Amino acid sequence: MQLIRSDIHYDFIGKRKFALLVSGIMILISLGALAAKGLNFGIDFTGGTLVEVKFTPAPSIADVRSAISPKGYGNAMIQEFGTPEEILIRVQNKESEESSTISNAILDGLSEKFGADAIEMRRVEFVGPQVGEELTRAGIMAVLVAMLAILVYVTFRFEFRFAIGADAALLHDITIVVGLFALTGKEFSLPVIAALLTVIGYSLNDTIVVFDRIRENFEANRKRKKPEEETAVVNNSINQTLARTLMTSLTTLLVVLALFILGGEVIHDFAFALIAGIVVGTYSSIYVASPVMISLAGRFKSDEDEVKAMEARP
Amino acid sequence: MHSFPRWKIWLILAVLVVSTMGALPNVTSVPSWWPSSLSHPMSLGLDLKGGIHLVLDVDVDKAVNHSVEEDVDAARQALRKEKIRYRKLSAEGMNLNIEIKNSDDLASAEKILADTFDSYAMSSAVDNTFTLTLKASVADETRKFAVEQSIEVIRGRIDALGTTEPVIIKQGTHRILVQIPGYEDSAHAKQLIGRTAQLQFKLVDEKGDLDKAMSGSIPPGDIIMYGPEQTVNGNTSRQPYLLKKRTELSGDEISDARVSIDSRYNEYAVTLKFNSKGSRKFDKLTAAHVGERFAIILEGVVNSAPVIRERIAGGSAQITGSFSPAEAHDLAIILRAGALPAPVKVVEERSIGPSLGQDSIDQGMNSIIVGCILVLIFMAVYYRMFGVVANVALIFNMLLILSIMSIIGGTLTLPGIAGIVLTIGMAVDANVLIFERIREELRLGKTPLAAIDGGYDKAFSTIVDANITTLIAAIVLFQFGSGPVKGFAITLSVGILASMFTAITVTRAIVAVSTAKRGRIEKLSI
Repeated sequence: MQLIRSDIHYDFIGKRKFALLVSGIMILISLGALAAKGLNFGIDFTGGTLVEVKFTPAPSIADVRSAISPKGYGNAMIQEFGTPEEILIRVQNKESEESSTISNAILDGLSEKFGADAIEMRRVEFVGPQVGEELTRAGIMAVLVAMLAILVYVTFRFEFRFAIGADAALLHDITIVVGLFALTGKEFSLPVIAALLTVIGYSLNDTIVVFDRIRENFEANRKRKKPEEETAVVNNSINQTLARTLMTSLTTLLVVLALFILGGEVIHDFAFALIAGIVVGTYSSIYVASPVMISLAGRFKSDEDEVKAMEARP
Repeated sequence: MHSFPRWKIWLILAVLVVSTMGALPNVTSVPSWWPSSLSHPMSLGLDLKGGIHLVLDVDVDKAVNHSVEEDVDAARQALRKEKIRYRKLSAEGMNLNIEIKNSDDLASAEKILADTFDSYAMSSAVDNTFTLTLKASVADETRKFAVEQSIEVIRGRIDALGTTEPVIIKQGTHRILVQIPGYEDSAHAKQLIGRTAQLQFKLVDEKGDLDKAMSGSIPPGDIIMYGPEQTVNGNTSRQPYLLKKRTELSGDEISDARVSIDSRYNEYAVTLKFNSKGSRKFDKLTAAHVGERFAIILEGVVNSAPVIRERIAGGSAQITGSFSPAEAHDLAIILRAGALPAPVKVVEERSIGPSLGQDSIDQGMNSIIVGCILVLIFMAVYYRMFGVVANVALIFNMLLILSIMSIIGGTLTLPGIAGIVLTIGMAVDANVLIFERIREELRLGKTPLAAIDGGYDKAFSTIVDANITTLIAAIVLFQFGSGPVKGFAITLSVGILASMFTAITVTRAIVAVSTAKRGRIEKLSI
């Protein structure tokens, strides 16, 4: 069975202006959403308290609010979490009080109103303001360090312009996935950062496979009497790896979809980020990484020795 | 086709046996002769088994200040011994300020202070005042000790809860990670951990004038402290006491604390037993101050101030207050475990109820099973016999992840399960790369066996490059991530490494063994 006809010869590189337009629009929308709506940061970054409670039977949001109002948390964010029985309550940190006790007060308020048997603590999370700052810094650092490490690795294995192409694709993917979180208002939490890093790894995985073939074909091309244009070689390489690119994306999407649908509410946004990242990452490894690499041809002069050294590598 | 080396087949079989043995404890109990390194099931993270997860911040600077304050007493005693009169002794952050009355005494005072306080750096006297600054190395030592001692104290308190395998470890320089698996009452745990339980006994200054002191003129060496809040006729007030500053006895000198019933009011109380040093002090104190009151101060609040009716030699005291049985029980626990050397504050909490943990396990397992089945079907349909070979490798891969996680003592978290799910998708990638390459080679007109060789050889470096980049992301994640996210980085890394072995070596072995017996192969089922 074959998804892609073996003699496929689609002009990807020829469409790069159009792809540039599509990517540009997506990035603009993402940046626009980020500027206009901003991210819905979870308590991991803002600090605060989150209490997830399971009720039997399902309560109304208004009743929940009235139960915790006497404790001073009437303005808490209250929402259903997956099912009507499960309620998520979020409260910002207050400077004046020992914040870790907020959850106690909320649970007390709920059991006073609904009875201790009707409620069940599912989850309490509290992040102090200082820890929130630390986690934010660590999250940003993680993404930057990952990108830098990859830049170094790809430069070492390929050429600098390949590395720039790969990082451009990564930046493209991250911007769009983060933009999607801003657009949909989904909660941006610590696991989402983990998902972003996975997207980085995944998108790069795709890009590397294409680059690997480009490098192989470049070497073969140099040995020919009448070498082809670089763009033609690159386009061939993308076509040759197309079946694999789509197959892998498909199998990975299958399992991540299973996670998205069956994995439960807690992992939902994480899986969403992965799905978005895989789709965008597949696109960018074809339409962003290689076109950027080609457009940088000749910018970074690699002399003959370097080319030879590169060819000598496995 | 290259001949496939024998030893690789033996290696694969050995890995298969070891990983099956290593994975087995997760499914069933193993016999006693089982190798001990392979006998441990994977441990589940708190987000899966439920429990309390707290990160505490120890206010270590308070511990330093406290030790400087204690040295005020030492300074007083040292100067008195040498009959040097002082005007003022005070502690201020890391500094001890000592003002000497007569400038004639300065030289001898300097010598005594220098001898007594070698942990301080001393400046020469300005206006008859010496300023001693605690050395940075000593302060660091005090901070470190405060954290270590806090860990011991908290361990004592949590052990009293009777839960199994609580984790109490240092995190960074001044934080403590507390995990109590299978415990639900987060409010109770936080209350038990957070109380300093500092217990002090001070004498009431019977000669001092409380009213005058309240209006501002506190006699030297005295201090005003308050009782608990009381509401009488709707007015909330706290009873003030004028006490001697000096702490006669402290919680350090307690050997035991038990819940008891106060016979006078038939109320719950906590009876303290002093250790031998404490008993002696208590004996002396009560003998010298019959008829006066002494105040029992718990966490900065005067609990009671009974009158000393006679000398008490037995070495026990009672703390009363309208305690509920649970309150008395908790108080006994924290007094027994000792006082925290510095206040601790909860800076992070992630507690999971047991039902959510179980739901997460169920949902995670469902995702793994469904994801796995989908991929198995997809690969078999798409690559036929070769797809089946890849599927065998995938199942081997799952087994390997399970056993490696068990052997290295890794903790499985909910994001960790996600990492395994993701690995399923990525593990077949290596096979997809190889198989697509074989198909290409076939199209170029190579013979089936040559195509297999070409496919594996040419795909190899691509697979390595592609996996190393994912590994880089996973390692970075491990470095910067916290808690559950680290679990994701671990399973992802283990999964990637395992998949390189199964997807390349194992599939190749299967293909080699199954093609070796047949002389000529016309067509590949790919």
